[in-house]
Amino acid sequence: MPHINAGKTKPEYDVIVVGSGAAGGQTAYTLAMEGVKVLMLEAGRDYDPVTETPMFQSNQHAPLRGASTPGKPFGYFDATVDGGWQVPGEPYTQAQDRPEDEFLWWRARMLGGRTNHWGRISLRNGPYDFKPYSRDGLGFDWPLSYEDVAPYYDKVEALIGVYGSNEGLENTPDSPNGTLMPPPKARAAELLARKHGKSLGIPIVPIHRAVMTERLNSKKIPKWLHPNNPKAQETLAKEMDQRLACFWATKCGRGCSIKANYQSTTVHIPPALASGNLDIITNAMARVVETDSSGKATAVNFIDKTTGKDYSVKGRIIALAASSLESIRIMMNSQSFHHPDGIGNSSGLLGKYIMDTTGARVSGHVPALENMPPHNEDGAGGAHIYAPWWLYKEQISGKLDFPRGYHIETGGTRGEPGPTSFGGLESLTKGSYGKQLKEDARRYYGSFVGYSGRGEMIPNEDCYASIDNTVKDKWGIPVLKFHWKWHEHEIRQAAHMHKTFAELIIEQGGTVTSEVDPTGKKALYRPGEIIHEVGGAIMGDNNKKSVTNQFMQSWDVSNLFLTDGASFCSNADKNPTLSIMAIAWRSCDYMMEEMKKGNI
Amino acid sequence: MDRRSALKWMFAATATVHFLDTKALGQSQEAIGLGYGTDPDLIKGEVPWERTMTEAQLRTTKKLADIILPKDGAKSPSASEVGVPDFFDEWISAPYENHQKDRTIILDGLAWIDRESQRRFGTDFHLLARPEFTEICDDIAYLPDALPEYEFGAQFFSKFRSLTMGGYYTTDIGAKDLGYVGNYAMQTFDGPPPEVLKQLGIDKAPW
Repeated sequence: MPHINAGKTKPEYDVIVVGSGAAGGQTAYTLAMEGVKVLMLEAGRDYDPVTETPMFQSNQHAPLRGASTPGKPFGYFDATVDGGWQVPGEPYTQAQDRPEDEFLWWRARMLGGRTNHWGRISLRNGPYDFKPYSRDGLGFDWPLSYEDVAPYYDKVEALIGVYGSNEGLENTPDSPNGTLMPPPKARAAELLARKHGKSLGIPIVPIHRAVMTERLNSKKIPKWLHPNNPKAQETLAKEMDQRLACFWATKCGRGCSIKANYQSTTVHIPPALASGNLDIITNAMARVVETDSSGKATAVNFIDKTTGKDYSVKGRIIALAASSLESIRIMMNSQSFHHPDGIGNSSGLLGKYIMDTTGARVSGHVPALENMPPHNEDGAGGAHIYAPWWLYKEQISGKLDFPRGYHIETGGTRGEPGPTSFGGLESLTKGSYGKQLKEDARRYYGSFVGYSGRGEMIPNEDCYASIDNTVKDKWGIPVLKFHWKWHEHEIRQAAHMHKTFAELIIEQGGTVTSEVDPTGKKALYRPGEIIHEVGGAIMGDNNKKSVTNQFMQSWDVSNLFLTDGASFCSNADKNPTLSIMAIAWRSCDYMMEEMKKGNI
Repeated sequence: MDRRSALKWMFAATATVHFLDTKALGQSQEAIGLGYGTDPDLIKGEVPWERTMTEAQLRTTKKLADIILPKDGAKSPSASEVGVPDFFDEWISAPYENHQKDRTIILDGLAWIDRESQRRFGTDFHLLARPEFTEICDDIAYLPDALPEYEFGAQFFSKFRSLTMGGYYTTDIGAKDLGYVGNYAMQTFDGPPPEVLKQLGIDKAPW
């Protein structure tokens, strides 16, 4: 089964998966490898990282030397095509006009979605992260625990390849021995931050990223992932052998033609296609989930963007994995006699409790890093180290004025210079030009650092999405309207980030070069800007207080699942992608059991 | 400065760097389709728009760019030798809003520097020799030190210098001169060499 055109579908599929990123890819993979007939719908174009990724192209070979533009907001070579903060013809609206609460929604209309360009940071939620309400009385507990998800974290890490280390830190789970690949050596600025972080009590350790620092064991892993399924083992082994280890050049954000990092288009989709159980239609913009007279889901109605025609495809199960917000948009737009407020919305909670990660950053200049002997710091094309949240004890004993943690991502390397890298140099060079400027440039290159906090926000009543009935996209589909308000928890956390990062810079003998906001109000990045959208259809153990159960199955419609981040009922500081994949895998196992039992 | 006073200074030193350029994030729907659009061929890297600078503007650009980043003996070439004037032309001819803003600053600045040269020396800027062009450049090299009548010139010089550096150091030759090492495949990544660790006062790198 292959890529097909709209109109060439089978009469019915076991599962229709809407979306092809981390959630859609994982869902299609898990099901197709076990023999389930799957159709995947992707709203964007087909995309092939093997032939399309600009490997080794330096900025010299890009328009505007790779600078960001409205059409390529993360720069020319970023893997995202047909995506960004805005997508032509597909607007979204805001319920209020406070700029700081204006939600930014990054979409990537392409096969593989945002997994093609993401940061590859792959952190496990810890035990506390599934029971946050029990710990501090805020937000919601998940109807599952770390122990329920841990086996799936093990599987996902084994499948995709993750580097990192086991440090035995609080609420920062270790992986089983032999699962993680060796972490890369830290770079100069990373080592310096680690040294001085230690004196401030900040533990800086190897980060976990979905980048292969060695080949995957294609003899062992497929057998372990697919026991009693020789066909799946063989299919996966073949695809694993096509993935090479990182060769320490080309940033991961461009994607990877040698498949050394995880993106759905190199890791999930190829074996799923090779299994013979997956059809894919690209340029298929899902509009609504259709239901029968009993209210059960029967089909997905989509628009073929290439012709503008409408199609419906039938599935025994519909799995929405279109990104949290796109999935709930489809649900809210799926109104019928049985589902007057949108499918699966009898609780009235659809669209509520949307979350992003909090973000704040401080930049600085560190003289100790000046005049460094030139050396290669490309590394694994992203961060090598980070500081996991370290103040759990202080927080639980009430010593901090905010309830949830953040981790620190560090920036500052001798990376490839960009066209706008030099604006900030002037205050140090005092306006030098000529040969002196060339010397100054060499002196200061690599001496700038930046620390970014990525923290947990608490779901609140003010952050939700609704349908804007006055605006439709160019396909005639009503668009999302965002409602947002940061609460004091997030603002105080951001103030703590700023204070901490400034201290870390000063501890290294450096100077802070960006504004430090002791109130936190101006420190926060905009909602959505960290691109960790989750929530909107939260899971729970009670159909009045949640939209899905722990398997991301709609309480109202038993053959409707949301396998992306929509059912997250908290958003730990750990970047959500790894958890999305683990929980999607678990949901798929449940779907297959239920189909076998005849319950769906 | 000890840590306490440094922190105090830091909290006071606000309002110099602005935070979030909301405009850059919330691009209008129309802006997205400009230029190379949302799906250019990343391997080819073609520039679809026409260059628009005049011969005279390019001449002045070459002169000033080479003053800012001159040839450094056998060590590294001048700005114009690695194509910085053409980079300017590509940059300010781009149809995007930010680039059009830069266009205004650059073209008005190039006209200003010729007028200033005419006023002081009776000739265009590109014909000036060292003591003359240095006299003008020194007056506009650093905005905080510039006299009020040179404020515009200094703003222009600042933008021009950062674009000159951007254009120069994003060439493979320029990046090398800066000290960037990389963009080639390696079997292993070994981390910083011993001389770097020594300079940082780190005996042994972990991991």
